[in-house]
Amino acid sequence: MNFGLTEEQEMIVSTVRRFVEEEIYPHEDLVDRTGEVPTEIAAQIKQKTMDLGFYACNFPEEVGGAGLSHLEFALVERELGRGSMALNHFFGRPQNILMACEGEQRERYLLPAVRGERMDALAMTEPDAGSDVRGMKCVAKRDGGDWVVNGTKHFISGADHADFIIVFIATGEDDTPKGPKKRITAFLVDRGTPGFEIAPGYESVSHRGYKNMILRFDNCRLPDAQVLGEVDGGFAVMNEWLYATRITVATMAVGRARRVFDYALNYSAERKQFGQQIGKFQGVSFKLADMITEIDAAEWLTLSSAWRLDQGLPANREIASAKVYASEMLARVTDEAIAIYGGMGLMNDLPLERFWRDARVERIWDGTSEIQRHIISRELLRPLGA
Amino acid sequence: MKVLVPVKRVIDYNVKVRVKADQTGVDLANVKMSMNPFDEISVEQAIRLKEAGQADEIVVVSIGVAKNQETLRTALAMGADRAILIEATDNVENDIEPLTVAKILKGVVEEEQPGLVLLGKQAIDNDANATGQMLSALLGWSQATFASGLEIEGDKATVTREVDGGLQVIKVNMPAIVTVDLRLNEPRYASLPNIMKAKKKPMDTKTPADYGVDIAPRLTTVKVTEPPARKAGVIVGSVGELVEKLKTEAGVI
Repeated sequence: MNFGLTEEQEMIVSTVRRFVEEEIYPHEDLVDRTGEVPTEIAAQIKQKTMDLGFYACNFPEEVGGAGLSHLEFALVERELGRGSMALNHFFGRPQNILMACEGEQRERYLLPAVRGERMDALAMTEPDAGSDVRGMKCVAKRDGGDWVVNGTKHFISGADHADFIIVFIATGEDDTPKGPKKRITAFLVDRGTPGFEIAPGYESVSHRGYKNMILRFDNCRLPDAQVLGEVDGGFAVMNEWLYATRITVATMAVGRARRVFDYALNYSAERKQFGQQIGKFQGVSFKLADMITEIDAAEWLTLSSAWRLDQGLPANREIASAKVYASEMLARVTDEAIAIYGGMGLMNDLPLERFWRDARVERIWDGTSEIQRHIISRELLRPLGA
Repeated sequence: MKVLVPVKRVIDYNVKVRVKADQTGVDLANVKMSMNPFDEISVEQAIRLKEAGQADEIVVVSIGVAKNQETLRTALAMGADRAILIEATDNVENDIEPLTVAKILKGVVEEEQPGLVLLGKQAIDNDANATGQMLSALLGWSQATFASGLEIEGDKATVTREVDGGLQVIKVNMPAIVTVDLRLNEPRYASLPNIMKAKKKPMDTKTPADYGVDIAPRLTTVKVTEPPARKAGVIVGSVGELVEKLKTEAGVI
């Protein structure tokens, strides 16, 4: 076994780390306070990312990406996770699912997304369909040769900046012994398509400035050319391409936890109470010991699941384990960091209260902790017939 | 013109340096090492010269342990063309002295025939600030130290130097030794394509013996200690009190 990084990987990590520290950190307070990313800052981050050749680094070289492995991409995302999601959105990583584009879709969506000319977003969740994806009510019906779409999506991250959105829509229903089951299709929907509206979403306590939007379809007409993958093949493209996005949540949690830990560690060595540094009290020092142990554990769980994907090994359970453990680790680490800082940790003079708020959503999006545990236990029990 | 850029692998500037208990030096075990920040500035300057069409090849050289190849690889990822690793020791704590480094570099210069050698003004570990000057003396080349500006025109270089009293502008004949200061430029990030290309760029490995240099130390370190802890300051109540203290206690007015 070899747990070391190559020289290239070390350099990738240090470049992205430095980028985040110099280009992202200075704008974080403003973005959190106002809930907005100023247009010129967004453009600047995007341009610098392109200049560095990191834009769309998760895509293969043949379409203009950098061809990073899953492990290398997880390292990039780990470093980005240290910084604001609202800002690092412009360190563009288009959805991998765009690789399912075929024919002229490649020219219209895939290649412009990789070149940074068009930004994308992905829409699945609905007010009545969260964990229960198949419960979606957004529906496309055949009309002539086209599809006519009606329904609503919400919590659509990044849709405010998107030029087009990959939307999962019900295109039929099958009768099965367990009852009716929806057939789902992925569509590419351009901003500005008649009958399609991108509306402001809710105010979230997590990741202010990384907006969630509401999509409304009102008799929106889409031709067959907008279908991504096969008609009724939504789950197939989802399973092929969205499989690995949970690694992003896990690895970003690790990066952010390390940043939080540095605050807690330094403060423990500086802050004095009862005549000595608080780190000398076992109540504090043992917290630090537990925090770093959990961060390391989450990191190895996450990187090894990415490595499994690179090796072509089954990784579904391992990715679910990494996602649930890393996101829950982040919750504990941010909470303990605030315990170490005391009341000051809750004040917005320090970024700790922001990290603590931001941490909550990591246990919800991309499959809740409960869904991940369901996946893990199902993989273990199914072969035993349970 | 070929530009030679020597780079040193030093303790990372973010690391809190700890003196070893036996006072023989600082603790380098399991400590993050990086390129000397002043050397990053000289690599950057060389790349800018190349981009401006004034340099056609950038050769980076590092003297130290085998791990110095990481530092060279970083310089290659920034945009240098070729690297020379001079393995002088297998012990990271064995700091090669400036005169030894200058003698080895003299050998490299004679072999490579660069038109310009760009060095950091000093390394942040021992702060000797001597290698560039010694190299200049050994070669009999002109030197311009602490450069915050560099313009090359024909066989002359115009260098702006940061000196105590302000900025001094001098003209030196090429080939020249220029040591760079903090404000000359802001080093770039290594771009992803360049990181990937760095591995394929050539790196030669040599030893001090190849240049006929003996690395035995001429200096003896008596002891290394932490700087004395700063005393707490006092808050003065008025300007009058401040002036009084500056006169009587600090003795500066």
